Formats: sequence, C-alpha cells, structure tokens
Amino acid sequence: MSEFAIETFDLTRNFNGFLAVDHVNIKIKKGELFGLLGPNGAGKTTMLNMLCTLLKPSAGTAKVNGFDIIDQASDVRKSIGIVFQDPSLDDRLTGRENLEMHAMLYGIGKEERERRINEVLKLVELEEKADLLVRTYSGGMKRRLEIARGLVHYPNVLFLDEPTLGLDPQTREHIWEYIEELKKKHAITIILTTHYMDEADRLCDRIGIIDHGKIIAIGTPNELKNKVGGDVIVIETKSKNVNKFEKLKFMGEVRITNNGILLNVKNGERLITKIVDFARKNRIKVDSISLRKPSLNDVFLHYTGRVIREEEVDGKELMRQRFLMRMRRGT
Amino acid sequence: MSEISAIYVIWLREVKRYVREKARVISSLAMPIFWIIIFGSGFSRFNIGMNVGYREFIFPGIVTMALLFTSIGSGVSVIWDREFGFLKEILVAPVSRTSILFGKMIGGSTVSVIQASILILLSFIVGIKLNFLIILRTLPLILLISMGLTALGLSIANFLEGHEGFQLIVNFIIMPMFLLSGALFPIEGLPAWLRNISLIDPVTYGVEALRWSILGTSNLPIGLSLGVLFIFMICMVIIGGIGFNRKK
Repeated sequence: MSEFAIETFDLTRNFNGFLAVDHVNIKIKKGELFGLLGPNGAGKTTMLNMLCTLLKPSAGTAKVNGFDIIDQASDVRKSIGIVFQDPSLDDRLTGRENLEMHAMLYGIGKEERERRINEVLKLVELEEKADLLVRTYSGGMKRRLEIARGLVHYPNVLFLDEPTLGLDPQTREHIWEYIEELKKKHAITIILTTHYMDEADRLCDRIGIIDHGKIIAIGTPNELKNKVGGDVIVIETKSKNVNKFEKLKFMGEVRITNNGILLNVKNGERLITKIVDFARKNRIKVDSISLRKPSLNDVFLHYTGRVIREEEVDGKELMRQRFLMRMRRGT
Repeated sequence: MSEISAIYVIWLREVKRYVREKARVISSLAMPIFWIIIFGSGFSRFNIGMNVGYREFIFPGIVTMALLFTSIGSGVSVIWDREFGFLKEILVAPVSRTSILFGKMIGGSTVSVIQASILILLSFIVGIKLNFLIILRTLPLILLISMGLTALGLSIANFLEGHEGFQLIVNFIIMPMFLLSGALFPIEGLPAWLRNISLIDPVTYGVEALRWSILGTSNLPIGLSLGVLFIFMICMVIIGGIGFNRKK
C-alpha cells in the first residue's frame, strides 16, 4: 500500500466546454487533514464528486485508498465517508433510522450496527435526540448527524464538503471541535473543502488553493503565508488620489482594493511613519493604517489578484437556497 | 447479499415514510371514496349496458385511478430525493443503481398495494360482495399494475430537472391516462380515433383486468389485459433502468 490516501493524475472534468477541474495532480498523505480552499465555482465540489465516484472524470483519474475511481468505484465507495454540502438526510425518519439505513447500505450486521451507531451518536453528542424525527433538528444538529453517518462504516477517508456552510458562529466552533477530535482520536484522512479562510487556517495540516479548476498553491498554512512574505499594511482611504500610492512600489507589492491600499512589505513597523509622511506630502486623506501578519486571504490575493468574498453567491444559487430553507421550515 | 439488503433498506424507507404520514394515507383513500360515492351516485342512472350498476362499474376504475396516482407519485418522488440531496447518500453507497431502482419500485408498489387493498375491502359501500377468490386474484393484479406504473414514474423522473415539472405530469400524463382508460365509461362509446388512443393506454388494460377480477365481467379478454400489463411493466423497468443508470 502506498503512503497516500489520495493521488490524482491529471484529474479533469469539463461541463460542455467549461473546465471545472483542470489537470489536477495532488497527493494527500494518510492521516492528513487536507483542505481545498477556493471561492464558489472554483471546482472544489466537482473534484470531490469525482473522488467519491459520483461523477466520472473527463480525463485523467485518481486513486482513493489505492483504488482507482473509475475501475474500482465500488471499492472506493466502501472505503470513504462523505458529508455533502447540501443536507442529504431523510427528514421524515429519525436520526437513528438514518444511521441504520446507512449502515445497512454498507452491509454492516445487526449487532455491530447498533454498537457503532451508539458510538458515533456519542461522538457528535446526539444520543438524546437520536429517536426524534430529523425534521425537528436544527441546522447544526443535522450537520452533526451527517458527520456521524459518514463515520458509521469506519471509512479510511472522510470527505467534508463545506462542513460549516450556513451555520452560525457558535455551531461552527462546535463542528470544528468535532473535526479536531476525529483527527486526534482516529487514524482517518480528512479532506475538507471550504471557502472560509479561518476554517482552513485553523483545521488543516495542508491546504491546496484552487481557482478556476487549477491548484495554484499547496502547502501548510504557514508555508503559504510565508510565501506572501513579511507583513501586510492596510491603508483605508476614500481619496481620489489613491493611485499615487503606486509610488510606494519600492517598499514592496502594492495593490489597490475597494476601499484603499494593500502593501506586502518586510519590516512593516518601520515603514508606517514613511507612509504617513508620503500621504501628507501628497495630500491624500487617510482614514486608517493597520499592520498585520498575512492571512490566507492575502495568500489567495497574492496568487489570484482577487479576494474570496464570502457572499459570492449568484442569483440562481440564492433562489435554490431560499427554496431549500423554505422547504426545511415548512411542510 | 448486500444488494438484497440495499433493496430492502430502500423499500423499508418508502413504506415507513408512507405509514408515518397519516395525512397522506387518509387523503389518498378519501379521494377515491369521494369519486365512488359522489360521482358514482350522480351518474347512477347512467346505463352502461353491462350487467352491473354504474357505481359498481366504476369501482375497479377508481381503484386503478388510486393506483395510477400513488404509483406514479412514488416513482416521481425520486425527484424530491434528488432535490433534497438524499439520493446522493444512496448513490454514493456501495450498491448498484439497479438495486436502488428495484428498491424504489417495490417500495412504491407496496404503498399502492396497501392503499388499493383498503379500497377493495371497502367495496361493500357500492354493494360488491367480496369473496376469497376475488381477493386472491385481485391482489397479484394490483401488484402487477402498480409495478409498471411506479417504473413509469421513475422513468419520467429521469427526464425532469426539478420538481416544477410535477404538475405537468399530472395534467399531461396522469389525467389523460385516467380519462382514456375507460374507468368512468365503456370505451366502446368513444369515437373511433379516441378509442384507438384508449387502446394504447396501458391503464385501460389495468381497468379491464380489475373489472374482470372484481366484477367478473370485462370487455377485453383477461389474457390480453394480462399480457399487455406484463409487457408494459417489463418495458418500463428497462427504460427506467437505462435512464437511471445514465443519469449523472
């Protein structure tokens, strides 16, 4: 057996000419918590769907737990667990029934089934709610149940597609703790997709940044941040003369953003006074100046020239989400 | 082995969902009863030219109507599973799509058979005298009809992108199939071109078969009805299976 839980070989998928995933080659080690970070539409979910055999690649292939996703789809399925981005529970059944059904689909015998179901329910602290209908669950409880379900058949690899999308901050924190605990206690490889920088930063051993279907950078969060180099100085200004800041290029990289300027520099502390002088000399009114260490946001900006916006949801997606929300509340 | 347990799991889910929804159970029974009592009484003086009264005449037709709505509804419900993500959970499990399809089909049929059986037990309302033989020959027929119709529903679902198409199915498939089937009047009374359409409507043969088994009288020979129903079911299973395996 190889040391990798996942290896992709020029994995590609196009939808009528649109390249959703473009010749991706990544290797994910066993036991690793790997994050695929990118904006909506970057190709994260498409890639996940291919790895879990729901979608056939247009070209290339991948190995999951040593099994080929095209020729050995059934072996791949047995060895993985998935928590989809959209809820995929039957809300007319109880939590326990959902888990039972899942266990039976994976061919787990009756006694073993009961033992494991109780075990995973305990892990996500849903023992007391297990016999209530899922439609009475909150969003966070549903997500926890889905994580539990993804674990019932003891997969070697667990895929989490945007595990905290649409959850409130407290619940997110809670889910993060479960994921951390999973990693600590079980020898399981976790692949998680997210467009939340803080989530990737906090949880992942390594991160692959994906944009327009390509992996544009890969490494530990710190490695990635070090690539940006030094410090980030953020200058907020509404001045029309904002372009004059381009003259500061000698200090480092200068970027104009919606509400000011971003500078990537070394020894930022020593440059702030110079910036203030420069602004005063050029009569640019500055609202604020701040200095910080680079975040993954800056990493993304560094590689793509764009910022990941969290509300990057198009009209159709919004409609669909509203509809789903309504259906979940009503009926 | 795991394929059989997969079929069982999916069957169990369909049945559990049905039994749990009291409102659905009651409304699915109320509708046919209203038809029989209200519509049947309104036309009770209508002479259909057979040896039975009008309410008795339409009774097998109304049972078929219940089968038609429930079975196609169960088949098409796979759209909801798709829309609400649950289908993904099943599709990503290590079981074949054929098993999933069969589980869904048998589950949907079970639900319609339960419902139709209750209706048949209520047939005394229109004065039909049941006996053991009637029940014995009617139940397998109901199963045959509902399997074909559930598979039809599953086949239709493969062509629909979302739940919005459901009303379209009711208006353009279920209602014409019901009205053309001769459930409410003998198709002999129809102009030739309409009667020919009736004869390609599989529901016509369902109605005729049930009329034969419940009333002991029918216009079409039972052998023909059985043959058509059987071929219809096989075709629908194949079409549904191909579409389902191809999807995504």
